[in-house]
Amino acid sequence: MSSVSRGFRGRRRDVGGEEGRVPPGQYVTQDFPVLSAGPTPHTPHDQWSFSVEGAITPRTWTWEEFRSLPSETVTADIHCVTRWSKLDTVWEGVSLDTLLGQADRGGMFVMAHCDGGYTTNLPAQDVLGGQAWVAFGYGGQPLPPEHGGPARLLVPHLYFWKSAKWVRRLLLLDHDMPGFWETYGYHNYGDPWREQRYSGD
Amino acid sequence: MARAAVQRRLTWQLATVDAVTDETPRVRTLTVGVPGWPGHQAGQHLDIRLTAEDGYQAEREYSVASAPGEPVAITVERLDDGEVSPYLTQELQAGDEIEVRGPVGGYFVWRPEDGGPLLLIAGGSGIVPLRAMLRHRQQTGSTVPTRLIYSARTRQDVIYSAELMELQQGDGVDVVLTLTREQPPGWDGHTGRVDAELLRELAWPAGQDPLAYVCGPTAFAEAVSATLVGLGYPPQRVRIERFGGTGGP
Repeated sequence: MSSVSRGFRGRRRDVGGEEGRVPPGQYVTQDFPVLSAGPTPHTPHDQWSFSVEGAITPRTWTWEEFRSLPSETVTADIHCVTRWSKLDTVWEGVSLDTLLGQADRGGMFVMAHCDGGYTTNLPAQDVLGGQAWVAFGYGGQPLPPEHGGPARLLVPHLYFWKSAKWVRRLLLLDHDMPGFWETYGYHNYGDPWREQRYSGD
Repeated sequence: MARAAVQRRLTWQLATVDAVTDETPRVRTLTVGVPGWPGHQAGQHLDIRLTAEDGYQAEREYSVASAPGEPVAITVERLDDGEVSPYLTQELQAGDEIEVRGPVGGYFVWRPEDGGPLLLIAGGSGIVPLRAMLRHRQQTGSTVPTRLIYSARTRQDVIYSAELMELQQGDGVDVVLTLTREQPPGWDGHTGRVDAELLRELAWPAGQDPLAYVCGPTAFAEAVSATLVGLGYPPQRVRIERFGGTGGP
């Protein structure tokens, strides 16, 4: 039971259309805040590539090859662990089903590696079945560098730190390992609906 | 293993506001007593949770303003369209209770053994976690060469003003203020944004292997960190904490 904060009323939001879409502890923002631990990398397309490796047949795509893969337009609500949620964001990206193929990845894990050294870990079953993309477009435009361009992971059903910016490589593993923020005490899985912000939540 | 050390569960604690201190007309420091506070590192943050009588809750994160070992303090800037900051800066009084959990974060932290030379660059209330680092440096007797570049709108908006001047005079910390919007009569300090020209002049040369911490609004942090990388700072030596969106709550 929480203690009442004397004199606090809060700002009741007009929840028209938002009901059931905003996880506990989150507020809706119209902005698109930027959060990252280091400087924004600016990798030109001709130096960019995307790879899958580890417990999978390794494969590398150049930017042109990657962009010639079938892509999808995805409309999703996103939820940042710092408590902002943004509804109806529109992305364009390549499904991880396309990048990882159809093989059974049950019980496996994915470590995303990014320019700048950032990593994050996800169960493979959370990035397959139309749940995750490598997104290169946002709002009908190329994804800006500060938001993860040229391309970032998009896994909207988990807190947004799992949607790693500047992703370059997915490493398939037969065991789980903590990524960058997960090592610093953030939750290993990060389900916003269960408010899994920090380790132990 | 480092991982094991952070596995403890972060539970909400009922904290008592022990003191409120006005830093500027828009900024207030709250010193809170948190029973069972596990201690924090300089640069970490904490979560605040407020509960209205009908059970409605709002949570926000704030940087810890105090050094490790000191009573827990946060410094809050009032955002006029904010939901939580007006309450924390105008309504809350000594003796009131709020819920707190933390500390959180482990990358944007400085320990004396991290060394330097240390370059701290703050935009507005981005000074808060850097102030915790400065106090920690002083408290531990560290002699790491340290320079603070602090961008504020006006002289009146400078948070911790007296404390920073003392550090400048007595503790071997270079404090460089730049006032971007309005300068008092006779101001002979810097006046513009923290841009490439200012950083070329004031940032430790990359050859000295400096360690930089940048905290401020997104556009500020983006511009400053990009400039430091352009000056040869390796990206892994530039740690960033950003706040706000493009003007969010």
